Amino acid sequence: MITLLYFARLREALGTGREELALPSDISTLGTLRDHLSKRGEAWAKEMAVGRNLRAAVNQDIATADTPIKDGDEIAFFPPVTGG
Amino acid sequence: MSVRVQEQDFDVSAELALMRLGNPKIGAIASFVGVVRDINEGDSVATMTLEHYPGMTEKAITEIIDQARGRWEVLDALVIHRVGTLKPTEQIVLVIVASTHRGDAFAACEFIMDFLKTQAPFWKKEITPNGARWVDARVTDSRAAERWSSVEKN
Repeated sequence: MITLLYFARLREALGTGREELALPSDISTLGTLRDHLSKRGEAWAKEMAVGRNLRAAVNQDIATADTPIKDGDEIAFFPPVTGG
Repeated sequence: MSVRVQEQDFDVSAELALMRLGNPKIGAIASFVGVVRDINEGDSVATMTLEHYPGMTEKAITEIIDQARGRWEVLDALVIHRVGTLKPTEQIVLVIVASTHRGDAFAACEFIMDFLKTQAPFWKKEITPNGARWVDARVTDSRAAERWSSVEKN
């Protein structure tokens, strides 16, 4: 299982902030996971679209599309940050 | 070195005094306080709610402080960032850096703040007369952080 977290605008648009997911065997990178999630429906297709300005972290480190993912990872998706 | 994410307000004077006490090597302390504005993007802001990613936030800010320590002499550093609902005039963020001399303290304080704005996982949602809206990231904030890559280490 992997833990998926969604924050801010993304959490509201997707209607969830956290879920556990059995990692499909054909998914080994953040990019392929994002592509997988984008096929869940309209809101997911829009928010996870390749052109969408989205950031992600794997185990609380900023990650990119080619970052590897494995069972047990905590993966977060979120918009560009706006603190300070 | 200390990082705190909290709902409650902070006392700048008390934090400055605490850093100064007990370390006679400190010759300069620089601080920055971020405050909630009443106008953003032309609309009045009634309240603002800050959300963050618990765990990653503290980790990201600690890494930013570590980077600052690699570039300047930093004897001590403190970052406090508030979360939850805040009103205009309230304090959002405090950065304090202590060094032997002011140059390092000023530079490290500004560096930490510039990277906090672009790297630390916080998100602001504003309540305006036109409804609630998530604040968009600013290009000027990215540029502020990027300029450090061309600044020589001193």
